[in-house]
Amino acid sequence: MNKTPIIQVKNLVKKFGNFIANDNLTFDVYKGEIFGFLGANGAGKTTAIRILSGLSAPTSGKVKVAGYDVYRQTEQIKKNIGYMSQKFSLYEDLTIRENIRFYAGIYGLSRKVINERTDELLSKLNITNLGDKLISSLPLGWKQKLAFSIAIFHKPEIVFLDEPTGGVDPITRRQFWDMIYDAANESITIFVTTHYMDEAEYCDRVSIMVDGRIEALDSPEGLKNTYKAKNIDEVFLKLARTPIGEVGRG
Amino acid sequence: MRNIVYIIQKEFIQIFRNRTMLPIIFILPLIQLLILVYAATLEMKHIDMIVMDKDLSSASRKLVSKFECSPFFFVNGSTFSIEEAENILKKDKADIILHIPADFEKKLYKENKSELQLLINAINATSAGLTNAYANYVIADFNKNVIAENINFFKPSFPKNININYSFWYNPELNYKIFMLPGILVILVTIIGMFLTALNIVREKEIGTIEQINVTPIVKYQFIIGKLVPFWIIAMFELAFGLILGKILFDIPMIGSLFLLFGFASVYLLVALGFGLLISTLANTQQQVMFIVFFFILTFILMSGIFTPVESMPVWAHYVNIINPVAYFMRVIRMVLLKGSGFADISKEFFSLLIYAFIILSLAVWRYRKTV
Repeated sequence: MNKTPIIQVKNLVKKFGNFIANDNLTFDVYKGEIFGFLGANGAGKTTAIRILSGLSAPTSGKVKVAGYDVYRQTEQIKKNIGYMSQKFSLYEDLTIRENIRFYAGIYGLSRKVINERTDELLSKLNITNLGDKLISSLPLGWKQKLAFSIAIFHKPEIVFLDEPTGGVDPITRRQFWDMIYDAANESITIFVTTHYMDEAEYCDRVSIMVDGRIEALDSPEGLKNTYKAKNIDEVFLKLARTPIGEVGRG
Repeated sequence: MRNIVYIIQKEFIQIFRNRTMLPIIFILPLIQLLILVYAATLEMKHIDMIVMDKDLSSASRKLVSKFECSPFFFVNGSTFSIEEAENILKKDKADIILHIPADFEKKLYKENKSELQLLINAINATSAGLTNAYANYVIADFNKNVIAENINFFKPSFPKNININYSFWYNPELNYKIFMLPGILVILVTIIGMFLTALNIVREKEIGTIEQINVTPIVKYQFIIGKLVPFWIIAMFELAFGLILGKILFDIPMIGSLFLLFGFASVYLLVALGFGLLISTLANTQQQVMFIVFFFILTFILMSGIFTPVESMPVWAHYVNIINPVAYFMRVIRMVLLKGSGFADISKEFFSLLIYAFIILSLAVWRYRKTV
């Protein structure tokens, strides 16, 4: 794996009033890797991902995404990234095809490319016959897979996934990770937050956030060795043992 | 530019797929036109009158029958006690009480002048004023007859009458419907347009899709235009629909150029919808939007001169109306439809709204934040 950093974060701080959601984060994400962002609910994962994708401005610190500065060049960043939020983001009252066409359209893809890739995508997902179904009629697992497919439809350099597998059954989660690997093979950098510790094992590198700070950052193997643990779950419990007093981080 | 087309396309699909939306857009205006145009009238066609005739003379009977013959007054009963008359007024059974004192006829013929009392229910000052005016007109007419009948006996020469001739321009029959209908059309397109746009963006905030849009490279002005155009088209269509209904149902005159009217409306709607969009970028929930839009629309409409002429409002109200887009369109639609005013007559309003549209849409674009 080449080690060119595609995301560079230095001393990132995000405050909401007196509350510090991201406390002095420093890390790099390398091109083409699957970077896991682990933490309990409210550890500050979503805040960080929103800053990296240009939805929220940092309080201080240096942040570069795909070579662009998050203070001044958010629009260039947005051209180069995909984003799938925790909150479900497709239009329930539009069909699968209409959702794809809309999002791909505002990313500036041509009608011809949109049609080609839509057919490609539908057959890859084995839902060629469902293209004209309303999103509201689909089960959650399908919606999540579609949301992910649409987030990378314009072939971004980086895709940010904020708890993409929340509320999804284990089989669908497994399939979802297969899709993530496919995307990584197309050299899309994956930045994924989760609180499922088993999912951390699928990542190339994992950072563990506790109370707004990054407590550990290494490959899953490295983490297990350092903390003498059988799995990431144990690593996490060791790190997070100090009780989390505050709630409402996000 | 193509981005805008994709947004417009998406909005139209959503509007027409929504089963409650279409009736709102097409059936509500029809019902509102039918109900409001008939109901929102200031003409007094039915004034209930109670007569308290203490004179019971031939003169008093003549006067009462004069009222009975009038198409406006309905003499619903008579009484001889002032208490009962007051009770009837209190119960809202009568609008006016005609009190003829006992010596009415005697005084009229002997002293050449006599007295009457009118007790008018003035809860609604406007209609009380009209009732008073109508009643005075009937009494004046009666008076004329008395003079004419008795001229030989009492007055060798009677004063020269000034004969006033009047003609009502632009609405010769004083048809209130013709006055109200254009105003109600303005309200319709304003309400539909402003509410739909204001609720639209905030709805995306509520369901969370706005975040997905904010993470795309879409340019802010493109987003605002994409949200504006669909509702602008619907509101223009609504205006055309309302005018056609007005022509069929009420035969509303269209003296001026329809092209001019729609040209003006197109600028007006930019302001009205721009207002909706600005509110939508400021609010976080549909509930907030409803309250804010309701506040503005109610204020704008009541101050626009739809019921009461702007000219009779206090001076400060004229200044408030500078920022009231409804007042501009209210004036212009009546000028164009009823008077046939041309562009030169409405150019001041036109350019004012053009500047207004530019300001309000710039504000909406500026207020719409992709990065919080």
